[in-house]
This record gives sequence, C-alpha cells and structure tokens, in this order.
Amino acid sequence: MTDAVLSVRDLVVEIPTRHAVLKPVDGVSFDIAPGEILGVVGESGAGKSMTGNAVIGLLDRPAHISGGEILLKGQRIDNLPYARMRKLRGAEIGMVFQDPLTSLNPLLTIGDQLSETMIEHLGISQAEARKRAIAALDEVGIPGAADRIDSYPHEFSGGMRQRVVIALALCAEPSLVIADEPTTALDVSVQAQIIALLRRLCRERDTSVMLITHDMGVIAETADRVAVVYAGRLAELGPVAEVLGRPRHPYTEGLMGSTPAASAGRARLHQIPGSMPRLGHLPAGCPFHPRCPKAQDDCRTDPAPTLAACNGRAACWHPVNSPESEAAE
Amino acid sequence: MLAFVLRRVFQSIIVLLVVGLVAFSMFTFVGDPIDNMLGQERTQADIERLRQQLGLDQPFVVQYWNFLQNAAQGNFGVSYRQGRPVSEILLERAPATLELAAVSALFAMALGIGLGVFTAIRRDGVASNLIMSISLIGVSLPTFLIGILLIWVFAVELSWLPSFGRGEVVQVGGWSTGFLTSSGLKALILPAITLGLYQMTLIMRLVRSEMLEVLRQDYIRFARARGLRERAVNFRHALKNTLVPVITVTGLQLGAIIAFAIITETVFQWPGVGLLFINAIQFVDIPVMAAYLMLISVMFVGINLIVDLLYFAIDPRLRAGRGKGH
Repeated sequence: MTDAVLSVRDLVVEIPTRHAVLKPVDGVSFDIAPGEILGVVGESGAGKSMTGNAVIGLLDRPAHISGGEILLKGQRIDNLPYARMRKLRGAEIGMVFQDPLTSLNPLLTIGDQLSETMIEHLGISQAEARKRAIAALDEVGIPGAADRIDSYPHEFSGGMRQRVVIALALCAEPSLVIADEPTTALDVSVQAQIIALLRRLCRERDTSVMLITHDMGVIAETADRVAVVYAGRLAELGPVAEVLGRPRHPYTEGLMGSTPAASAGRARLHQIPGSMPRLGHLPAGCPFHPRCPKAQDDCRTDPAPTLAACNGRAACWHPVNSPESEAAE
Repeated sequence: MLAFVLRRVFQSIIVLLVVGLVAFSMFTFVGDPIDNMLGQERTQADIERLRQQLGLDQPFVVQYWNFLQNAAQGNFGVSYRQGRPVSEILLERAPATLELAAVSALFAMALGIGLGVFTAIRRDGVASNLIMSISLIGVSLPTFLIGILLIWVFAVELSWLPSFGRGEVVQVGGWSTGFLTSSGLKALILPAITLGLYQMTLIMRLVRSEMLEVLRQDYIRFARARGLRERAVNFRHALKNTLVPVITVTGLQLGAIIAFAIITETVFQWPGVGLLFINAIQFVDIPVMAAYLMLISVMFVGINLIVDLLYFAIDPRLRAGRGKGH
C-alpha cells in the first residue's frame, strides 16, 4: 500500500538496560489508510503505547528505534532530525493522551494553548488563532465556547477537558491522530461520548486514527481494522468484524472470551491462564505458548511466524477458525 | 482574595507585635542603660532625673505601649552611643545595605534561575555536571570564608577590586548611592557576590530539581506532541510551573540577604545597617539594636506578604479557590 498515510515496517524499539537489551516493540508492521481507524489492542505492557510514541518520535530515553522504518505519506520520518520531526508533530501527527487531567498545562488558559499550537503550525495571527480556537472548542462540543476560551483547565470537568485535548490534537489539521487510551481515565458514562466525538471529527476531516486501547468494546464500535499486540509483536491484524467475529490467533480468541457480554448472562468469564511474560524473560519459540491452549511442540521451539508469512492475518503456527483448520475438523 | 489579604495583614501585625516585645525586652533585661550613659561622676539625683526623662520609671506595660507608639511613628529613641536619633542613623546607613542587597539578590535570582534551567534541560551534559559540582562549594562554604577568599584573590593578589568600603558615593536627595561612580560600582562587586553566592546556588539547585519534576509531567509531553518549540516548552510551559516553590524560597532568601548582610558588611567594612548593628552590640546600644530588629522583621513580613500575593498572580487555581470559584 503506497497510498497509506502511515506505514510501519518491521519496527523495533530497544531499551538498553544493565543486564540486557529489552525489545518492547519487536518487528511490528502495519499500514493505516487515509481516513481509516486502526485499533491497537493488547494487555498493559504489550508495547501499544511504545509503538505510538515511536511513530510520533517521543520515546523516552533510553528507549529508541533500532530497526525498521516509519513512513508518513511515503516519506521516512523515523530518522528525521529533531527540529524537522517537531514540525510534523501537531501539524501532521496529532496525539491524544490518556489522562485529560494532567495533559493540559494548569497555568495557561485553554485558549492560549490552542492559539500557540495553531500559530506555530499554521502561521496565522493572534486574532485569527483566537477566532479559530473558539470554532475548534465549539466543534468539540464545549458549550459557550466564546465565554470559556479564557478559562483554565481546572475549571472544566474530566470529559470536557478531554474534548479540549481532542480540539488541541486536531487544531492544526493533522492527517493522523494517535489516541493513546483516550477514554481510560474517564467516567464510563462519558467514554462513549468522547469516542463518538473523536470518530465523527476524524471522519469529517478524513483523518486517520491509531486508536490504542485495551477496551474491546471501543474497538468493536469504532475501528475499521484492528491490530492485536502481544509481547511487542503483532499477533493478529485484520478487519474488525473478522478478527472479533472469527479470531484466528488463540490469544485473540482468549481476549474475546474474557470480554463480558450482556448476552452471556451470569456465566463465569473465561480467563487466559498466566500473565504476559516480562520483557527480559521471553520464552523460546512463540511468546504466547506457555499460556496457549493449542500449543504444540513446534510452538515451544520455533519462533512464531511473521504475519506476512501467514497471509498477513494471524502470526500463529496453528491458527484457530482458519479455513484450513476447519477443513481438517 | 481580599479576605485572604486582610487575614495575612492581620497575621503580619501579630508577628510584628511579638518581635516588638522581644526588641523592647532588651531595654529591661540587657543591663542598665543609665550606667552606660552617665559617666563615673554621677549623683543619685542625676540617675533619677535621666530615668524619668527616658520614662524608665514607668510600669513595663506602659513602657511597652509607649515603645510601640513611637516605633509605629519611626521613632526609636536616641542612640546611647552617638546621642543622635536612631531613625536618623538608620536612614543614613540604609542605602548602603539596600543597594548591596538589591545587587546581590538580582545576581542570585538571574544567575540562579538561568543556571537552574540550563542544568535541568542539559541534564546529562558535561557543563551541567560541572556547574552542579561547583555549586556545592557555594552551598557549603560559609559566607565570611568566601568573602575573605575573594578579597585575597581579587583585591590582594590581582588588585582588580577594592577590598573594603563603598568607594565614592553621590548624594541623590537624601539617598547616598554608589551606583553612579565607577569606584562605587567596583566596590559593590565583591560584597554582592559574597552575599548572593549562597542564595544563588540554593535557587539554582531548587529551580533545577523543580524543572526536572515538571519536565516529567504529561502536559510537557503533550506540549511536545503538539510540536511546540523547545524554547516554548521549556520556558512558557515548564518554567512557569516551577515558579510557585521558587518564589517562596527566593522571597525568604531575600529577607535572609538583608538580615545576613551583617557578616558580609563586617568582612568588607561596608558602612550599612549590618555593620551598625554589630557595633551597637559591642557597645550595648540597645535603641539601635531594637530598631534594627524591628526593621528586619518588617522586611521579612513585607516580603512574605508580597510572596503570597505573587502566588495569586501565577497560579489561577488559587484565584478560583479563594475568589469567585466555579
């Protein structure tokens, strides 16, 4: 796909430590098409956020990209000098963080924070920026935007603040937004509104979204395609309906089983035994094999196949629900 | 907010009353000033007359009340040693101390904040580590030693700068200033550095640690993710968030600069109120000591009040909490 907004190719992120070099992201590849919403799911520590931070170039040292490439609209951005990457941030790649209570500067009005971003990237005047800031606040559903523009972050509720954060991420009209757990810190009743808002705004502008979350419900409602991440690797990648409806990777199947559904009644939730291996202690073979109900001998010895080697869908030696496995049954 | 200011002013007055009591107690408990004032050849009648003249025969409470009334009007009585009104002597000496304090406070703040920000941003740089190591000297060496070292290097060995005094001063109105002559400015350098060095390193280390804390915050990450320039991120977003604790400490240190000018003034024979105070102690010149004590406490209280008001100017969350609210 050459017309993809974002192309990540065999991305490897390394953290050198005293004992070993950890790889929180190890050979991840995916594309995001214009206007597409790609959901990225996985457990805490699977490397979801690390991938997002790598794309926008904000990895905390000593973590760094050690392999692969990241292309934005066909241009490599993973090796850009800091000053050029800075110009892309906000202007081409927007980001929404998890906690709206801490992502806004408490000492600046929201109008100031919106204006400074737009003046930096759009080169407009102070007065013009203010006008656009009011429009942006209005668009994300802040009631009385013209009156609230000079308010400070603490004068808004959590949900309202996340609306402001979304306005900030989108105000310079980026072609890609990375939303890192945008609803995790919010009240359940507000989560749906924020997700709906994000989806509507991005659809209107044809903005692509990399939606990082561990909430399967959010993915099912919002995303076009979904990438399932396990221990720094992509376990499964495909259209939402297919991946959620007929997961091929045993890990995805396990995840789906552990999501509560209203129809399931009072039945006990399934749970995947054990926990994700720590980065320094990855098992030999497929990293999921110690927890996998379908694991066989080759899973314990041979490294899991790459996605590309498995029709680009599930990185597994013995996929479930696949045409071949069903034919065999 | 008005209620807050009024409460603070009220608290300040109480502090001043207590300090006033301590200052006044010196008159009663530190020797008998009559002994010092009258010579060897005195009669009992002389003593009684002077006692009455100074109001020392009245009860303690009445004396305290008189003292407060006079002090509020800037009247601290007559210096035992010089025989002139204390307020006159203080006014004469104050410009020297205030100029010295102002220059060293400026030096401490400008360099302290500048270097603090620098060492926080370039956390692992060679220059930062060097500055941090050197700053330990500033924190750990006592003021008089720094003063003597500076005199030795710059006055004795290099003879670049004078080792004592204020140089030539010019009278502007009632204010004698050393800012207008080159010898006056030269004379300021060593004492100002001596007096401000400790505060400078303190402010620097504080700014650095606060900056490092703030730079870890989410809103700094978000500011970077919005593609703002490093300068905007560091100064507009980060530095402003470090200012509340920095102003608290800087304010107190400013008071300390004026109060601890005593040592520096002694080392450099700087003709300010600190030197006046030291001489007053040697001669048990209680009115001067009491007036100095009151002067310093008024300054401390005043600076604290200003610091409290600055909080409101910087942090909108306090304004909302105390004022209109939402």
